[in-house]
Amino acid sequence: MSELPRRIAGLVLLLVAVALPLVLEDFWLQLGLFVMATMIGAVGLTLLVGVAGQLSLGHAAFAAIGAYVYVWATSESEPTLAGAGLPAVVGLVLAVAVAALVGFVFSPVASRLRGIYLGLATLGLVFLVRHLLLNLDPWTGGFNGRSVEPFTLGGFSFSNRDPDYLAVAGVELEGLHRLWYLFLVLTLLACWLAANLRSSRTGRAWANLRDSETAAAAMGIGVARYKAAAFVVSSGYAGLAGALLALAYGRLAPDVFTLTVSVDFLVMIVIGGLGSVGGAMVGALFVTALPLVLTQYSDALPFMAAPGSGGLDPATTSRLLYGLAIIAVLVFLRGGLAGASRRLTGRRAASGAPDDTPRPTTPIAPGHEAGDRTSESKETAR
Amino acid sequence: MSYFLTQVLNGLSFGLVLSLIAAGFAIVFTSTGVLNFAHGSVVLLGAYLVAVTHPTIGFWAAVLVGVVGAAVVGVLVNALLVRNLADPNPGTAAILMLGVDILLLTELTRRIGNRVLPLGAPWGADVVRFGGIALPAGRVLAAGVAVVVFAGLWFLFARTRLGIGMRAAAADGPTASLMGIRLSRTGATGWALAGVLAALAGVFLTSFPSPGVAPPVALSAFLAIPAWVLGGFDSVPGAVLGGLVIGLVTALTVGYESELHVLGGGFGEVVPYLVMIVVLLVRPQGLLGSKEAVRV
Repeated sequence: MSELPRRIAGLVLLLVAVALPLVLEDFWLQLGLFVMATMIGAVGLTLLVGVAGQLSLGHAAFAAIGAYVYVWATSESEPTLAGAGLPAVVGLVLAVAVAALVGFVFSPVASRLRGIYLGLATLGLVFLVRHLLLNLDPWTGGFNGRSVEPFTLGGFSFSNRDPDYLAVAGVELEGLHRLWYLFLVLTLLACWLAANLRSSRTGRAWANLRDSETAAAAMGIGVARYKAAAFVVSSGYAGLAGALLALAYGRLAPDVFTLTVSVDFLVMIVIGGLGSVGGAMVGALFVTALPLVLTQYSDALPFMAAPGSGGLDPATTSRLLYGLAIIAVLVFLRGGLAGASRRLTGRRAASGAPDDTPRPTTPIAPGHEAGDRTSESKETAR
Repeated sequence: MSYFLTQVLNGLSFGLVLSLIAAGFAIVFTSTGVLNFAHGSVVLLGAYLVAVTHPTIGFWAAVLVGVVGAAVVGVLVNALLVRNLADPNPGTAAILMLGVDILLLTELTRRIGNRVLPLGAPWGADVVRFGGIALPAGRVLAAGVAVVVFAGLWFLFARTRLGIGMRAAAADGPTASLMGIRLSRTGATGWALAGVLAALAGVFLTSFPSPGVAPPVALSAFLAIPAWVLGGFDSVPGAVLGGLVIGLVTALTVGYESELHVLGGGFGEVVPYLVMIVVLLVRPQGLLGSKEAVRV
């Protein structure tokens, strides 16, 4: 069974992810939190852009909504700042629900527009949400933002206190360690759900839409409904990513969620390979970790200059590398990293690369991740 | 009253600058089907070239350098990248342009740093006055240049073989190709024209009342996207109209911000995007666009 090596590899990766906090320093733990939070956002975006073929530049807006809803829901009310004082889990659920709801409210636009036109409409959303964040001071804290309460679960706090001392194998589990495990569980859940969703009836309908709306409609797929659904699901993922980013940052401000963040999410899924859940995760790792790691080790890298000196500072270098990576992937590497790894392992799906090519003649199954075995007939004959 | 008139004229003249950029979006889109997210950085590139070359070769020669440089970059991006996409379709092309935008903008930001480069425009901070209304000379000139440019574009598209070929290629590429129109040539012309328009707009966006050439200029060029969408994706006259509307709406919202305080501070920055979303919802093909362009 060709599934077996893949399962073993997955299990090993999981064990590594579980064991890592025991040996890592705080910098790497923090980095891991950011990577996992953005992974969730990227996976949600790849469902919309890669699988359903709708371009979105509004992911940062939905992440912002999720983050601010979470903070509002879990904070206690203060004289200047409103808060609902709800349990953290409820806050997390609300963050996803409200982001998805806003996605739903926006979905009349999303279901009427296709591809790049939706991209333009969502571009406006980023600016609108930013305007609201800046102006709704009583809820968002305006320009200065507001701080984030630590996550708690039934008296157990994901911070350095409550319980004060918790150790496994002689390593004290502090806030960052505890958050790592929380994020790991949520990331695995989100990715598992996304992978299943992609190969479900809904996911196949999305892929059909991407390949040809006319053909999809002819096969009985409600085009507007499924496009709206893709948008809502992707918004919910962005909301969860936003809430986790809020926890990882510990403080929120409107400048956390600029248009650049939307573009970064797109960069992640393009580098990883559009439509591939695994690819989105690898892309998120690359895009999120690169600038932080370069900053951390800039002293050791001789070509790295100090920020603002006009030389190659870490932020500049990583942005240049993303730009080059995007262009290289789109021009030379069909299907991104996922497509490349599939070709390398020689297990190329018979049904085409994971991209958003409109194929007007026959609906073709969505791109598979490496080893995602389902026969093409099963994918298309619904 | 004269305050109102000043705001209107300010808005219209700024709107014409936006129209220059929006027309670039429309021309690239019709000639090659690409949503050019890197257009904002090309605007900045044009202005940057003028700012760095004007001390040695003089302002007017520097403008020429900026215009030619921006056009060449556009043509190269099209020839080297867009035409070589592994998987050519509007979605991947748009993402590719985001990549190009990241590269160009990062490199220009690195070169400019924290400085604001003076553009060296000979009209400086002059103000033109007539009947109690004062307008920056740069804006008046911008409006004049825009009108001349749009007249030239009309002539190109209506009266010359090249322009008619471009329209044919936009209407139906494969058929135009069979009729002997070289799509590579019409595409390159479109990108070059867009570069020229971007550089001109860059000059006016960075001269008085703007302090000079700095990276945020690329972002303000984003304001032309609502103008383009408003006018219709495939229509140059639509882009002009859209630019005027967006310029006017923005100027009036900013000018009367104290009365519109309910909507929050800085509402003028988001009103174009609000207009764009409403237009996409009510009339997705824009004011003057053809419906086919939206169905894809």
